[in-house]
Amino acid sequence: MCTTCGCGSGELKIGGKPHTHSHDQGELRFRRPNHEHSHEHDHAHGETSRRVQVEQDILSKNNAYAQRNRQHFAAHGIFALNLVSSPGSGKTTLLTRTIELLQGELPVAVIEGDQQTSFDAERIRATGVSAVQINTGKGCHLDAHMIEHALEDLKPDDHSLLFIENVGNLVCPASFDLGEAHKVVILSVTEGEDKPLKYPDMFAAAGLMLLNKVDLLPYLSFDVQKCMAYAKRVNPRIRVILTSATSGEGMDEWLGWLRTHGT
Amino acid sequence: MHEMSLAESVLEIIENSAAQHGSAKVHAVWLEIGQLAGVEVEAMRFCFDAVTRGSIADGARLEIIETPGTGRCLNCGKTIHLIERYDLCPECDMPVEVIGGTEMRVKELEME
Repeated sequence: MCTTCGCGSGELKIGGKPHTHSHDQGELRFRRPNHEHSHEHDHAHGETSRRVQVEQDILSKNNAYAQRNRQHFAAHGIFALNLVSSPGSGKTTLLTRTIELLQGELPVAVIEGDQQTSFDAERIRATGVSAVQINTGKGCHLDAHMIEHALEDLKPDDHSLLFIENVGNLVCPASFDLGEAHKVVILSVTEGEDKPLKYPDMFAAAGLMLLNKVDLLPYLSFDVQKCMAYAKRVNPRIRVILTSATSGEGMDEWLGWLRTHGT
Repeated sequence: MHEMSLAESVLEIIENSAAQHGSAKVHAVWLEIGQLAGVEVEAMRFCFDAVTRGSIADGARLEIIETPGTGRCLNCGKTIHLIERYDLCPECDMPVEVIGGTEMRVKELEME
């Protein structure tokens, strides 16, 4: 963890550079809540011991950074999506295919999150769009402060589509708002149809589920209807699109969703 | 394990609050954690002990108040108690919308 502002772990790297910065401007500071007060009372720790009401959300700092990112996206007409999944769901392949299909239509930029390596950012750059890699070191999720710093490097164009590919993990990224318009959860059919019930927080937080690698369905016993029912059980409002980056199935519907929601 | 990040945020809130009140020692911390907040309470205790070591909250007692999950049935509108996010309405057997139990908050501190 950065010892000055607590921003991320000491192993955090953004665009391959260790995360270091001065803290004299632009950093968020907590304001004391208006209702905070203290009162003296008798206690075993002695006469000076007192109880102080705080009533502060543990995620308030992350949420404040997320709000700042959201304002930045709104001011620049950037449509930001937070792509979440387990490792190996095929989200980088889906993303590169999506970028290829959108080429010439919409400017696209990508923030890639992984514990280690810049393999994914390199795969994205090979499609011709800008990408910044965040390496979280031992961290299990991206947070809104990392995104703010990545945006300084990436500088996405106004009116662009920004994909944030989160660390592959169906648990931790659910709790951390990055300032995105929507979380999009990607589940591949090789993972089992019960994942929405096993990892309900992520499916509850997402607005859209892409059920990916559907070209493999003939070789599997995956029950698509059951999986969709499970997803709607934890999130009755979730939209589901069946996709395959390999066969191209569902890509029109997914691109249609992007055009409808992003413009 | 995002509880480590959460524990670091808790410590930051503690340090800010203690500084505002001119205190250098925190004896006890009350957290409110919803049962649907995606937080493993035992992991939170472990991480709290780890991150507070050597800080003003070193050795502080951690009290965790767990608040129950509640949801509203999308069919009959009744408020029901949820053990899991995917619980169905016991009367309609239909999905419910979560309306409570996702909080994670530092409620109160005891300090010198």
